[in-house]
Amino acid sequence: MTTLRPQPQFPEPDTESFWEATKQHKLTYQMCDSCASIIFYPRRHCPNCGRTETTIKESKGEGVVYTFSVIMQSRHPAFKELGAFAVAYVDLNEGFRMMTNIVGVQDPVNDIRCGMPVTVEWQDQGEGKVSLPMFRPV
Amino acid sequence: MSQKRDAAIVGIYEYPLRVVGSEVTALQIKAESAAKALADAGLDWTDVDGVFDTAEGGGGGLGIAEYLGLHPTYIDTTALGGSSFEFQANHAAQAIATGKCNVALLTYGSTSHSDMNAIGTAGPGTGRANMFTNMENPWGLTLISGYAMVKERHRFQYGTTDEQFAAISIATRRHAMRNPEAVQGMHDLEFVDIREITTEDVLDSRVIAYPLHLLECCMISDGGGAVVIASAAVARNVRKKPVWIIGTGEATKYRDNNADITVSAGAQSGPLAFGDAGVSPSEMDVLMAYDSFSITVMTLIEDLGFCAKGEGGAFIEDGRLDFDNPLKPALNTDGGGLSSNHPGMRGIFLLLEATRQLRGESTSQVANAQLACAVGNGGQLGARHSTAVTVLAAD
Repeated sequence: MTTLRPQPQFPEPDTESFWEATKQHKLTYQMCDSCASIIFYPRRHCPNCGRTETTIKESKGEGVVYTFSVIMQSRHPAFKELGAFAVAYVDLNEGFRMMTNIVGVQDPVNDIRCGMPVTVEWQDQGEGKVSLPMFRPV
Repeated sequence: MSQKRDAAIVGIYEYPLRVVGSEVTALQIKAESAAKALADAGLDWTDVDGVFDTAEGGGGGLGIAEYLGLHPTYIDTTALGGSSFEFQANHAAQAIATGKCNVALLTYGSTSHSDMNAIGTAGPGTGRANMFTNMENPWGLTLISGYAMVKERHRFQYGTTDEQFAAISIATRRHAMRNPEAVQGMHDLEFVDIREITTEDVLDSRVIAYPLHLLECCMISDGGGAVVIASAAVARNVRKKPVWIIGTGEATKYRDNNADITVSAGAQSGPLAFGDAGVSPSEMDVLMAYDSFSITVMTLIEDLGFCAKGEGGAFIEDGRLDFDNPLKPALNTDGGGLSSNHPGMRGIFLLLEATRQLRGESTSQVANAQLACAVGNGGQLGARHSTAVTVLAAD
């Protein structure tokens, strides 16, 4: 039996709409209505200008690996049983950077590299629950 | 431009044990270190009027004054991870310069090893959700892998090699082997094969989070210490030569869209501190840079301006960081977090060893050391972190 990963917890007003959208496999980010800054991680205000009027937009889920690490040793029950797995920052084409996992590779150490194009792959967490946006090589 | 002579480190103590078991508490380490640092200065318990603390010992920000029985008129509980002590030393110097206190006490105590805290590999914790936990915990980031992502990007962006990163581990181990307390600590922590190490040793050690090897990661020990910082008037009458705080700088940095993850907060705080001091990095005899991991030192050396960005790998080759290399600076001459001690927040030890160097008391003494800098880096380099720089001068 697999241990469930740490799940986002609610109520958490800054990130709730982001995670709600994942249930429809939609990867979202915000743009500031005033200064047009791309906002990520999600939050109520624009960290560039401080205003609170923002618009939620949907990403195509395509980008490149900015950097990554392959975790060989984790004491957390949910990740210990995964074996070697890759955590990464992915730069989405719309201009935001997110922490995620890289999946769909045989050998994460040798099959992942910085700058590699990737596309989103959803890992559903269960009926009615959020889905985790991960990325695999194009 | 004359250097500042407003505040000086006048008393220090490093708690010698790396393994204390369950019979000693963090607060006891702090109290014992406070007493011995004050004795080192020739000052009394009641002389202390400024208390600086990260609240790691218990009781929150209120705990330390009560435990020590002090009634400070100046209180600072800056807690920004392992670099907190450089922030606090800087704040103490500023408080003293403006007459807000005369004798500032910084203490640290930790039983991380004896408590079996898996700091580097524990993964996500628990607690009330916020933006950070909800956007990061599902991915299983460990502390070490956050630093490893910075190393990977540094390798990709600048072509820095694992052999070059290994030079940091090699230099600090060489210094540790000359420090009897570090050697005893490695025995007590049950290190195997305690000796100077080679590039092959580092590259052959197991990978904890690719591309970081075991010997590029700091240890988890117990430990602690204390620093007493005093006004010029007090410093003139203490037992040992004061070590002057001549420049300060601080900054934080975090993951941001389109930001360069290889650049640390030191790119802001370093130039602030050196500008404040009126000295340049090339004049530093000793660099006490927070070696949580090899990559931490690599970024700090570059961002503080010891060399150009991306050229740190070449800069540190050929033993450049050794205490007896006339090309400066000497790095972490006590053995660092990689090979002497790391109880979770190592910043205080950077101040302690820099002071020993500028007094001429190090076990890897740099000949005629006049200038040193303590560069604390706290938090997680790849996610959000702080870098505070304290520039120090011999009397």
